Amino acid sequence: MMKIKKNVAISESGYLFNPGTGESFSVNPIGVGIIQMLREGKSEDEIRSEMLSQYDIDADTMEKDLQDFIGFLKQYALIDNNDEKKV
Amino acid sequence: MKVKQKMRYERPIIRKLETNMPNKYGLRTEYMPMTQIDGVPVKDLINEFGSPLFVLSEGTIRKTFREARKAFSTRYPRVQFAWSYKTNYLNAVCNIFHQEGSWAEVVSGFEYQKALHNGVPGNKIIFNGPDKTVDDLTMSIHNESLIHIDHLDELYTIINLAEKIKPRPRVAIRVNMDTGIYPMWDRFGFNYENGQAWDALNKIMRNPKLDLVGLHCHIGTFMLAPYAYATAAAKLIDLALGVKQKFSHDVKYIDLGGGFASGNTLKGSYLPGPDTNPTFDDFAEAISSTLISSNFESGDLPTLILETGRALVDEAGFLLGTVIANKRSSTGKRTTIIDIGVNLLFTSFWYDHKITPAQPFTHYSEDTTLYGPLCMNIDVVRESASLPLLNKGDHFVIHNVGAYNMSQWMQFITLRPKVVMIDPEGKPHVIRESETLDLINSMERVPDHLKKSSF
Ligand SMILES: Cc1ncc(COP(=O)(O)O)c(C=O)c1O
Repeated sequence: MMKIKKNVAISESGYLFNPGTGESFSVNPIGVGIIQMLREGKSEDEIRSEMLSQYDIDADTMEKDLQDFIGFLKQYALIDNNDEKKV
Repeated sequence: MKVKQKMRYERPIIRKLETNMPNKYGLRTEYMPMTQIDGVPVKDLINEFGSPLFVLSEGTIRKTFREARKAFSTRYPRVQFAWSYKTNYLNAVCNIFHQEGSWAEVVSGFEYQKALHNGVPGNKIIFNGPDKTVDDLTMSIHNESLIHIDHLDELYTIINLAEKIKPRPRVAIRVNMDTGIYPMWDRFGFNYENGQAWDALNKIMRNPKLDLVGLHCHIGTFMLAPYAYATAAAKLIDLALGVKQKFSHDVKYIDLGGGFASGNTLKGSYLPGPDTNPTFDDFAEAISSTLISSNFESGDLPTLILETGRALVDEAGFLLGTVIANKRSSTGKRTTIIDIGVNLLFTSFWYDHKITPAQPFTHYSEDTTLYGPLCMNIDVVRESASLPLLNKGDHFVIHNVGAYNMSQWMQFITLRPKVVMIDPEGKPHVIRESETLDLINSMERVPDHLKKSSF
């Protein structure tokens, strides 16, 4: 299960701060929505269908862009990556 | 039941905020969209003529030329522009300059023939360059063109020809010199400081078969220092006055070549070119004040010839293209692949071309590397650009591409696209067709023994 790190703070306007590293980021509104859903513990599938119902976009593009976005969240170490610790 | 209105989609992005500005992505975000060129929607242009597409604005060419002419002619009484063919030798482009009063400046037999084909009278063609064949020289002597001699071998060839043919060749020499600019272009012509130029002038003046009409130099390209032209003008004036004193002969013109910077941004510059590059007025002021204050009698002031290339046409050229894909590199950096590579945009080796989307976006932006479609590592159109969130299929406009691309482009991996010119009434005209497979194949010959297919 992917989860945004607990101490990461994000404002509604899209300002994101990671106290762990001192880095700050800017996120666009759709990105803020995704981060909030991740925070609520929603799965990628749930996020995808939620987005598809809200936005005027096809499923393939949404899928690709979501993967891409999550890739950036991982790269910036904003996600607790427990799903990859397969025991 | 009420149908829920869906929201306009934009890719989700997260962008790290850098505290130590400016970063290597520069200061500007290029998100001001350019949705139309001279009133014609970019979308319509791509729908009708395809992507990629070169677009030239006739209005902008004329406006830029008139600005340049005004800058010089309000400061100096005798000014003549000669269009530098290599900068863009599409006939439609050359003809605009010729209609505006420009002569032609050519550097090969091919360009010379193109100028004749465009109706330029032989005596208004300036022939530069180190590689003029005997046939080229014979033709230009017959046509009374202005032959700018590059080296002694060429001078002797012309002297030989002058023994046999009429009329008297009208010649100038190309002079290279130190203008305080590094690197110094000393590859072409005769050097000023070491006396080569003066020697060559003496050889010409002592030969009654030659008519010395001018002095020429081209001190460099994308010059950012107007004072260098003042230095160049002063050195050519010194030679002209020397000829006048020693041989009582008037040199009719001083040709300062090309090289004025255009509105582009050189790679590695911090600030965008348009904010820092000198204007035509700056160059005109430096050059004219040197000429006006020289020791010529008022009636003897030489004509000032300018072979300005890029500064006259860069701004009028646009390259329209389409996003092929967005990727993340192995290091996590955003990369964007577009349908334009260095094969079409040769000048991406020199400049950080300004690129803007062709449709409105939100203010969110992303730092990205723009790669062309060629399977080559060198195919980088912009190493880093801050752009709005372009999606696959979105269109964009690359600015300031009018100079050198439509002559130095390569037929490599893809075919070269159409070039369209928008006239002052807003009507697009195809001025060069796209290449076709048949056209390329028609130039090839396959030996018989290689014609049989083994499949
Ligand atoms: C002899 C000569 N004249 C004019 C030009 C045009 O230069 P630019 O496009 O920099 O104005 C060149 C370009 O290299 C040149 O070699």
